[in-house]
Amino acid sequence: MARYLFRRLLYFVPVVFLVTVVVFSITMLLPGDPALAFLGEANMRDKVAYETMRKELGLDRPIPVQYAIWLGKAVRGDLGRSVRTHEAVTDALAARLPVTIELAVVALGIALVVAIPVGIISAVRPDSWLDTTATVMAVSGVALPEFFVGILLIYLFAVWLRVLPPSGYVPLSGGLWPNLKSIILPALSLGLTLNAVTMRQVRASLIEVMREEYVTVARAKGLPEREVIRVHALKNAMIPVITVIGLQVGRLFGGTVVVETIFAFPGMGRLAADSIFFRDFPALQGVVLVMALAVLMCNLLTDLLYAYVDPRIRYA
Amino acid sequence: MSAESSIAARLTSRRIPRRAGSPSFFTRLFRTRGSLFGLVVLALVLLLATLATLIAPYNPNKTVETILQRPGIHNWLGTDHLGRDILSRLLYGTRVAVLAGAVSVGLAVLLGVSIGLMAGYWGGWVDDVLMRIVDTLWAFPTLVLALAIAASLGPGLSNAMVAIGIVFTPAFARLVRGQALSIRERDFAIAARALGAGPLRMMLCHIWPNVVGPIIVQSSLLIPQAIIVEATLSFLGLGIEPPNPSWGSMLRQAYQYIERAPWLSLFPGAAIFITVLGLNLLGDGLRVTLDVRLRQRGVS
Repeated sequence: MARYLFRRLLYFVPVVFLVTVVVFSITMLLPGDPALAFLGEANMRDKVAYETMRKELGLDRPIPVQYAIWLGKAVRGDLGRSVRTHEAVTDALAARLPVTIELAVVALGIALVVAIPVGIISAVRPDSWLDTTATVMAVSGVALPEFFVGILLIYLFAVWLRVLPPSGYVPLSGGLWPNLKSIILPALSLGLTLNAVTMRQVRASLIEVMREEYVTVARAKGLPEREVIRVHALKNAMIPVITVIGLQVGRLFGGTVVVETIFAFPGMGRLAADSIFFRDFPALQGVVLVMALAVLMCNLLTDLLYAYVDPRIRYA
Repeated sequence: MSAESSIAARLTSRRIPRRAGSPSFFTRLFRTRGSLFGLVVLALVLLLATLATLIAPYNPNKTVETILQRPGIHNWLGTDHLGRDILSRLLYGTRVAVLAGAVSVGLAVLLGVSIGLMAGYWGGWVDDVLMRIVDTLWAFPTLVLALAIAASLGPGLSNAMVAIGIVFTPAFARLVRGQALSIRERDFAIAARALGAGPLRMMLCHIWPNVVGPIIVQSSLLIPQAIIVEATLSFLGLGIEPPNPSWGSMLRQAYQYIERAPWLSLFPGAAIFITVLGLNLLGDGLRVTLDVRLRQRGVS
């Protein structure tokens, strides 16, 4: 396991380095002059102020040098200042990250609580009415974009039934129930697609495992079907599900951009959308970097978990 | 072209006759209702996109009625916040969806196949360098990377399609690289190399024909995803520029009037849902039909 961990970490480092190069390059391409954006409209014609600002931001240096300076600062936790709010990007991210993590965790929770039992029932009773209903729901769930689900949920629960707020976030410090009320609709919007993907994977992998010889042997030994599924089939069937859940983290983060925009959530996704709208390149750099690193970390954890539960992977 | 490599190319591209009694590709594909539904949706979407200018009752960007009209005889699906006909805008939006799906995935195929063929055929440091770049792109959440690229390039349909194309490139590059790695070690490929086939000939005549199937399947699964990403970019204001309609931008405008005119959101949302659902089902059908292993296991 230690050798496998070392190998994976060795592979992780150059990818992280390349991620920083891509993040830096993308934001370098953003239209508009960052120095002008920082100066604002009032000082736009002041040439001396403009040159000073360019120097201050390091824009007068060659691009590789700019990258090296940016990376050096980023490693020390300095991602620059927001063009729009002049707040330190690291502070802005630190304030918004918990909101996005809470949203993602609740969405993941909703998805798994529904997907795993329904997936198991579908696999155990294939072609039953429940399997057909679950499959139709899963196939439909994958075809529904998060923002359309969000709009439908707002209409249903906030406009028509008036039982939940249409937008806004109440932090946990404002009370558990108000917090849950504010988070339930965005989490449902995000969780529905995730639920569909996970449910299909649980079903497919359990059906596959149920055809294995060791399951037949367990049945031949006279074990009750419930025991066969719980003890023998489910454990192995859940291994590919781990990968699917791990891979969905990127999708979750992507989904937060649009869901947080619809529900006016003060999270990282909203910060990304706002920074695009206001051409706030340091903030955009920060959000994209943090999201990419989070996805890379999740992929690494998924790989390690996979190798832990399935020894064939680490000896391959 | 040498005679030997031409013989090798003909041998590898020769069609294998179908066994008597075995069902044809189309019979197998349309055995499931999902694939059939998908084909009907695809045909309908293509037809509507092609005939949009002829069948749209009004100019999609012109005010034709009072604002926020309910669906009725004059405006079958009602009017939006500027009094424009929803049906006409929806029909023109179909063109954007078709274009976004086809062009962005086409670009991803072009980039991904080129990278995958080079990495898989040459291996070594070429493979290492190209695959690290691909892995880097793979590390970004799809939508976040598409947003960042689209924001860098500026709003507009073409830029959105380029952004989606770049984001989907790793999927094809990894697929083709894997296939190329295994194909280049097979007897027919070794024979062709021994007969003097160069790298370009090997890639185009020997490896490419063997990866077309998986690429078709992957494309069919990614086109609906591309439609969703384009709609999302348009929803966030980075797709098609106003006043031209796309399903995503229509939803963005409709969302502002959810209390007064909820039907405005329903039509573009339903259009995305039905199109993506149909294409997903068709893609699944193609995957099962073209993948011998899945077919043997009876996966549906």
